[in-house]
Amino acid sequence: MINSIWFVVLALMLAGYAVLDGFDLGIGALHLLLGRDGKERAQLIDTIGPVWNGNEVWLLAAGGSMVVAFPSLYAASFSGFYLALMLVLWLLLLRGLGIEFRHQIHHPMWEHAWDVAFSVSSLLLALLFGVAVGNVLRGVPFDANGQFQGSFTVLLNPFSIVGGVLGVTTLALHGACWAALKTDGDLQRRARRFAGGLWFASVAALALMVAASFVVSPNFTDNFTRYPFLLAIPAIVAAASVVNRRAIAAGADRSAFLASATMVAGILASVAAGLYPMLLPPLAGSPYPGLDIYNAASPPGSLRTALMIYLFGITLVSIYLVNIYRIWRGKTRTYSV
Amino acid sequence: MSDAVIAARWQFAFTIMFHYLFPVLTMGLGVLIAVMKTIELRTGERAYGAAARFWARIFAITFATGVVTGIPMEFQFGTNWARFSHYAGPVVGQTLFMEGVFAFFAESSFLGVFLFGEQRVRPMLHWLSSVMVAAGAVLSGFFIVATNAWMQHPVGYEIVNGRAELTSLWALVSNPYARWQYPHVIMGSLITASMVIAGIGAFYLLARRHEESGRIFLRVGVVSGAICSVLAMFPTGAFHGENITRFQPAKMAAMEGLFKTQEGAPLAIIGMPDREKQDLMDPIVVPGLLSYLAYGNFHARVTGLSDIPPDEQPPIEIVYYAYHIMVGLGTIFIAVLAISAFLLWRGTLFDTRGMLWILMLAMPFPYIANHAGWVVAEVGRQPWVVYGLQRTMHADSTNVTPAMTYFTLFGFMGLYLLVGLLYLLLFLRIVAAGPGGARDEAPLGTIGSGAAVAGGRS
Repeated sequence: MINSIWFVVLALMLAGYAVLDGFDLGIGALHLLLGRDGKERAQLIDTIGPVWNGNEVWLLAAGGSMVVAFPSLYAASFSGFYLALMLVLWLLLLRGLGIEFRHQIHHPMWEHAWDVAFSVSSLLLALLFGVAVGNVLRGVPFDANGQFQGSFTVLLNPFSIVGGVLGVTTLALHGACWAALKTDGDLQRRARRFAGGLWFASVAALALMVAASFVVSPNFTDNFTRYPFLLAIPAIVAAASVVNRRAIAAGADRSAFLASATMVAGILASVAAGLYPMLLPPLAGSPYPGLDIYNAASPPGSLRTALMIYLFGITLVSIYLVNIYRIWRGKTRTYSV
Repeated sequence: MSDAVIAARWQFAFTIMFHYLFPVLTMGLGVLIAVMKTIELRTGERAYGAAARFWARIFAITFATGVVTGIPMEFQFGTNWARFSHYAGPVVGQTLFMEGVFAFFAESSFLGVFLFGEQRVRPMLHWLSSVMVAAGAVLSGFFIVATNAWMQHPVGYEIVNGRAELTSLWALVSNPYARWQYPHVIMGSLITASMVIAGIGAFYLLARRHEESGRIFLRVGVVSGAICSVLAMFPTGAFHGENITRFQPAKMAAMEGLFKTQEGAPLAIIGMPDREKQDLMDPIVVPGLLSYLAYGNFHARVTGLSDIPPDEQPPIEIVYYAYHIMVGLGTIFIAVLAISAFLLWRGTLFDTRGMLWILMLAMPFPYIANHAGWVVAEVGRQPWVVYGLQRTMHADSTNVTPAMTYFTLFGFMGLYLLVGLLYLLLFLRIVAAGPGGARDEAPLGTIGSGAAVAGGRS
């Protein structure tokens, strides 16, 4: 029971990360295309300036919950995905500096360099996160001791690349919806147009991913056939994408953003629903049954204590979250003259 | 020790030492900025508000650099120390997780308000956000020290099926080892922030620029630095030393270069430990003082390295020198800051240019002292990663090869060199621009500040 609760907690933290940091990664991925000049790019960064760091904390908290609840998953996956994870860390570093250092010196060369760093690293991160989800669905090549070495030749396979494309397109859509919500004028119009186009790309990638999942990960449908109510989750994703499409067309930016957030969360929830109780399944033919919520978990005492901490902590986090986004509600004010 | 472990240790040592250059400033600076905001709010002196805004700019770049270099730390436990994570995760995961949900969220949420919201929220809320940012940073430090204290002195656990299981969260967060280690770390951070503030103040007076702000910086930095440097030695340092004697005799023996177990053990002021001869070369010692510091009794018996099995001894030279550098610098800080505080009280500090030069040039040294202290803590714990439970050589990731680790270590070195240079560039630019002026009218962070400054100039 407690192991299942922790599965839900971990899924919630990762979905929280994907929804919150997702829109600022999406802003980054579109940055150079959406912002036509230095001023517009500054405006785009201003829309995420006060919140991006808090959004990224969700990744750290998700990592923290993984250490405490599923230490074997944390140990096996992080060392297994070693080089890919290091690349993620370096990209996160460049991206953070791009946001925070860009405005420190007002010179076109300096700003442009950071614009490129911010945009390219955000794009690659969105891609890598999608690739990671793809590989988790597909399974990893465990050896008999429950370890694996995920070199890039292993990690970059057609299925996970579809996952990467889904990551980029969906987060870019999510980012474009955020930009439309927080800006006005030309930039807003362009953001809406981008969102409209990205919607097709995202839905196409999603359809391809779902179709490919039936081939690559046949066990994936087991949970859905056993518990048909779980089909509500993909149904919500489908409904959210319809709402998103209509809201973009109608210029209802708030609804569009909430719908894209639901899409991102719903896609991850569907993945989680399909995986349960597995955390990291084995690739077909591996001599190890994979990591699930039992063999990867901390002992029950540690799980219970950490759950108390979590419930208390997440209450505080929700209070901060609501209030912070309230303080920054409305269009981003810019101080340009 | 295998090549893979050595590579992983180099990587961890390099990345953590580079990372800590930033939080060691922000923890203390956050507190002192909150103090300046409080003084402004209570006395209405706008100069303190300007000082707080100036240091918030430094805080912003330091915090950002600390965040981006800190993220790799949490993930390295998994990438390079998988067997440690597997073994100790159920316990140390608790404090790392608590750091995330209690400290990071508070810090990052209020930081946005603090840096960007001065014109958007009420003054009280802005003051509160400065306090919450400081509290978040100091709390974050607590969870890290609690994690480290468990690795130094494991408590509140039992070994089930060959791994650690938490039995008491209270024991974990009230670890007697952390009781003095934590305030000692915070004092180290406050000294660093105080001496940087005082040093920049001294620079402004010496350069005859922004002199009004310079005097405020000196006042805040010298007063807080003088208090904290004394507190770092006594009680925090002294009692932490007693804890090390009690819990980690091997570390204490290495710190003091004590080879032979003896009663009335002497304290070595200087001297070079010679492992072959099992003695200190050219020592200057104070007889009996080590016994007194360790047990409060000049005749107490202190364990020397000769009574510790060779495979449980830490690398003596590194621990010995790091400890002596820390204590030596700490003593010098007390002297410099106490004299400065005296001159400040007499009203002559601002004209005593020799003292101002010393304060300005002293800026790098608190960083060295803090880092040396952590070297004592971490290298002194060797050969254990969890003291008495898991050896470092059994803690690495077996599926990561030395070549992979060296590859990423060199990557980190290149990237951090760039980050360090850019940080220094921005730091110097902020100092050169000085407090006040057009920049102060704009918010502290990204929102259009570049454009606003450009507007102010054109």
